[in-house]
Amino acid sequence: MRHLLVLRRFWGTALATQLEYQLNALIELLAMAGNLAGSLMVLWLFYRQGVELGGWSWHGVLVVLGAYTCLDGLTSTLLRPNLSRIVNHVQDGTLDFVLLKPVDSQFWLSLRTINPAGLPEMGLGAVLMLWAARGELGSLPAGAVLAAATLLFAAAVILYALWFVLAATSIWFVKTWNATEVLRAALTAGRYPISAYPAGLRLFFTLVLPVAFLTTVPAEALLGRLTAPAALTSVLVAALALAVSRAFWAFALRFYTSASS
Amino acid sequence: MRLLPPPRVARTLWAVQFAYMAEYRAEIALWALSGVLPFIMFGVWSAAAAGAAGSGGPPMGLSPAELGRYFVCAFVARQFSVVWVVWQFEEDALQGRLSPYLLQPLHPLWRYVAAHLAEQATRLPFVLLIASGFFLLQPQAFAWPGPGRVLLGVLAVGLAFAIHFLLQSLIATLCFWTERASALERLLYVPYVFLSGLVAPLQAFPPDLQRLALLTPFPYLIGFPAQLLAGTPMGREQPFSIAGGFAAMLLWLLLLLPALAVLWRAGLRRYSAMGA
Repeated sequence: MRHLLVLRRFWGTALATQLEYQLNALIELLAMAGNLAGSLMVLWLFYRQGVELGGWSWHGVLVVLGAYTCLDGLTSTLLRPNLSRIVNHVQDGTLDFVLLKPVDSQFWLSLRTINPAGLPEMGLGAVLMLWAARGELGSLPAGAVLAAATLLFAAAVILYALWFVLAATSIWFVKTWNATEVLRAALTAGRYPISAYPAGLRLFFTLVLPVAFLTTVPAEALLGRLTAPAALTSVLVAALALAVSRAFWAFALRFYTSASS
Repeated sequence: MRLLPPPRVARTLWAVQFAYMAEYRAEIALWALSGVLPFIMFGVWSAAAAGAAGSGGPPMGLSPAELGRYFVCAFVARQFSVVWVVWQFEEDALQGRLSPYLLQPLHPLWRYVAAHLAEQATRLPFVLLIASGFFLLQPQAFAWPGPGRVLLGVLAVGLAFAIHFLLQSLIATLCFWTERASALERLLYVPYVFLSGLVAPLQAFPPDLQRLALLTPFPYLIGFPAQLLAGTPMGREQPFSIAGGFAAMLLWLLLLLPALAVLWRAGLRRYSAMGA
């Protein structure tokens, strides 16, 4: 409850700041539209020749793209504005102030600010998912939508944990902002269903970098193709990832010696 | 203000920047690694090409081996034509470092050119490592394109860097008017990713889209140098021809150079040193 109140304050101030830069929001919107158009173009390059990526139909593959767009929007709304600042906090020594606040430091670092320019992208991704699933199935069963929403949330948690752990390594290495760039670049693999990759990469994107859980699993759930064990695995992976991120942060803080000390 | 730096100045500038970049080589290795997009796309294209071959359908203009060669060359071409001047310039302008640069008897952009070239030299071993790693995993994709093609390819990558640098400098120059010019770079980045050939070889584009893409500078930033290096056939029925490609690159350079000069001069007149 207290956290919710704090959150309202956080985001209220963040919104007030962001409204100072309206032109930026417009540029973000244009870039988002361009990005989506480009992704559609790439998919169309395959499907106009009758090549089905990993056996997914046109509508099916659009559901995956929708899930990707949604998570990408989440990245620009919450993950990037917050987690990419951890490096700066470590570098400038302002992490001291965060640790002294009477609120959980992981909570503060992860949700301090919000960039509303990413919200339309999240919305658009969700709409694309629902629209494409309806095109594929003819209708939208409520159970599938609920399962997909749950798994998309699990995907968001996994994405957050990955990003947070990587950002938390800055306690040791100080300069890790381009490590998150590598992660971001590798995660673009989520634009396509996991079965569109050769066997080796498929394994890599499931076990090492869980791209499969991020976009393919929620898309399969929405299309009613997901088995219960697979769904459960995804939720378990998310819970595990969150626990690991929490434990990792506590571990990393033991090595934090503050700047210039 | 002199336009070209004298050789001694150029050497010193480069040496200083190289010492600086070598200090940050771990970071540069990560930057090199963040260019994995062509490899991801190779995964998708090769699986699709294999699937299409299995069902007897026509492959996508290139065989799986050719695709592998193309995408690794696209990776290399991008590594050596990647440009980040807009962020550096924006920071320098906001922090007020630009003012002393402007007083020096050398165009400030040369400093950034030297920084880019030095960073590319630092990148070279990592790029070679990643590319050889790829060929170890995909030995069938390897083929020596011949010395002529390699020379032309290297020249094309250099020209691609020049065009990309001029393009981004145009946006960087907008820092004289607005505080956040780097946001505008995102608008340049989107067509760059999708039209340059980074995500798909231009052979796979439908004819109309291909013609449209070739009217922009983007295919010459990645696609053309990569296809030269990969030894992809060029000429009739192909998106690029050797002479036509180089002519287009020179044309873009001749177009962008005066445009930048004009914008820079107009910007300088507007400049009111940040914080002064």
